Amino acid sequence: MTVSSAAELKMGKATRDAFGEALRDIGKSDTRIVVVDGDVNNSTRTEWFAKEAPDRFFNMGIAESNMVGVAAGLAACGKVPFVASFAVFLWANAFDQLRMGVAFPHLNVKVVGSHAGISIGEDGPSQMGIEDVGLALSLPGVDVLVPCDETQTRAAVKLMVEHDGPIYLRCGRSGVPIVYPDGCDLQLGKAIQLRDGDDVALMANGLMVAEALRAADALAAEGIRARVLDMASVRPIDEGAIEAAARETRGIVVAEEHLVQTGLGSVVARVVAERHPAPIRFVGLHTYAESGPGKALLEKYGLTGEKIVEAARTLPNR
Amino acid sequence: MPAVDLKEKARLIRREIVESTTEAGSGHPSSSLSAVELMVGLYFGGVLRYDPKRPHWPDRDRFILSKGHASPILYAVLAEAGYFPTSELHTLRKLGSPLEGHPNMRRLPGVEASTGSLGQGLSIGLGHALAARVDGRSYHVWVMLGDGECDEGQVWEAAMAGHQFKVDNLTAIVDNNRMQQSGMVADVMNHMPLAEKWRAFGWHAIDVDGHDQDAVLKAFAEAQATKGKPTAIIAHTIKGKGVSFMEPDYTWHGRAIPKEQEAAALKEIG
Repeated sequence: MTVSSAAELKMGKATRDAFGEALRDIGKSDTRIVVVDGDVNNSTRTEWFAKEAPDRFFNMGIAESNMVGVAAGLAACGKVPFVASFAVFLWANAFDQLRMGVAFPHLNVKVVGSHAGISIGEDGPSQMGIEDVGLALSLPGVDVLVPCDETQTRAAVKLMVEHDGPIYLRCGRSGVPIVYPDGCDLQLGKAIQLRDGDDVALMANGLMVAEALRAADALAAEGIRARVLDMASVRPIDEGAIEAAARETRGIVVAEEHLVQTGLGSVVARVVAERHPAPIRFVGLHTYAESGPGKALLEKYGLTGEKIVEAARTLPNR
Repeated sequence: MPAVDLKEKARLIRREIVESTTEAGSGHPSSSLSAVELMVGLYFGGVLRYDPKRPHWPDRDRFILSKGHASPILYAVLAEAGYFPTSELHTLRKLGSPLEGHPNMRRLPGVEASTGSLGQGLSIGLGHALAARVDGRSYHVWVMLGDGECDEGQVWEAAMAGHQFKVDNLTAIVDNNRMQQSGMVADVMNHMPLAEKWRAFGWHAIDVDGHDQDAVLKAFAEAQATKGKPTAIIAHTIKGKGVSFMEPDYTWHGRAIPKEQEAAALKEIG
C-alpha cells in the first residue's frame, strides 16, 4: 500500500483502546482466551473483555511476578492467556518470570504492555516503558509487535491469537493517527512498505510511523525520495526488506519511541551489518524523560518527523 | 493402583538420588533426600492421579517442583513411576540428557514446569488450578517449595492470590528442612512461624512430620478434603535424611557425595 501524504491521516484511537476492543471481540467467541490482569484493567482496557467474559478474567492485584507465573500455568493447560499491564511494570518487575516461566519453556503466553513510551506524558518517567522492547528482544523465541495505529493493533491481536508461541504487543496510551484506514495485512516478519523511494529509507514503528510519513513528505519537497517501511514486526524482523533498503538507498533512518540502544534500531543495525553494510541513523530515546504534555515531550526528546528529516540529511551522498 | 511398599520405594529412591548425583559429580542430593517420603506418598501412596503413558492427559493431577534444584528426586520418582527407564537416571546432568540440572518441561515427560529460579512454582500451579476451574475439570495441583524458597516475595504474592480465588484444588507442600544454601534458615532469614504465616494469608495450614509416611498421607488427604481455600502442608524434614554425615551440616547444600563416601551413604540407606 502507499500513503500519499501524511497530511491526509486522520486522528484515531489509542492503540490500547484498539487492543481492548479486539480482545473483547475475539475473546467473546474464542473461549481458549483468558486474561490475567495486574489491577490496571481500566488502563490496559482489558476491563472490556472482563465484562464480556468474567469467568475467564483474573485480576491478580498489584503483583506482576505472580500474574506472569499464573499466565504461564494457564498456557501450560492449553489456555491462550493475555497478561496485560503497563509495559514497564510487566517487563521490569516480572522479567525473571517472563524469562523462566514463559520464554524458556516457550509457552503460548500473550504479553501486552500498555502505556509504552514517553507520549503517556504527565505521569512521568516511572510509568514510561522505554526499555520494554529491548527486554522482550533479549528473550529467545519471544516475538515482538509494535503497531502504529488502531487498525494494525486489531490485526496484531488477531495474529497473536492465531500464532502459537510467546509474543509481546506494545501499546500506547494516547490517540494516534490512522495509518491504515482500509485495513492492514500485518504478518510476522514482514515489513509494510508505505512509500516507495530509492534515495533514503525510513524505518519506524509505533507512533513514529506517522512521523516517518511526515518526514517523507518534507524530504520529497527537497527532491529526496524516501522509502518508508513500517516495522511493526520487530521479531521476527524482515531481513529481506532491510537488506534491500541498504542496497538500494543511500542509507537508513530508524525511528522509534524507545531507547535507541536496544530497540528496533539495534535489530536493523545487526541485519545491515551482516547482510549489506550501509549508513544508519537512529532517532529514538537516549535518556529517561520527565513529566509534561505528551506532545511536548515528543518534541523535547526529539521524536518528530523533523528529527527524522535532519537525520536523513546527514546520510552521505552516493 | 496396586499396593506399593512405600518404605521400599523410599529406600530405592534414596539410593537413586545418591547414585545419580555422585555419578554426575554435582547436584543437590541433600535437598532431595528431605523430600523422599513426601514424594513417595504423592506418587505411590495413591494420592496423585497420573498415567505415565499419557503425560499430557488433561485430567491428570499436577505436581510442580518449585524447588527445582531437588530435581534428582523428581527424576527418580518419575522413573520409578514409569515415565522413563530408571537406567536413564545415570545420565543426570550429562550433555545430551533430558535430566538437566534443573527440571525442563520441554525435555522430560512428567515434568509440569521448568523451574530453578526460586519462588515461581506456586504461581504456575495457581495457573493450572484456575485452568481447571475454567475448563470444569477436577484435578488437584500440588506444588513443592523449599522453606528457604519462602524468602522469595513471589511466594507470598501467589499465597494472597490463592486465597483470593479460593482454589481448593491447590496445595503447597513446604519441605521445611531448616537449611538453606548459606546457613540455617533460622539464621539466614527467619520466617518462623511458617504455618501461622500461611494461615494469616488465608490458607488452611497443616504441620506434619515429613518423614512419617502415614502422617504425610493423612495430611495429603486433609488437603484434598479441604474446601473453599487452598492448603499449605508444612512438612518438617531433615535435609540429607538417611545419610548421617549430611544431616547436621548445611554445607552439603548443592554438593554431591564424593565417590569415596558413596558406599558409606548407601550402606546407611540400605
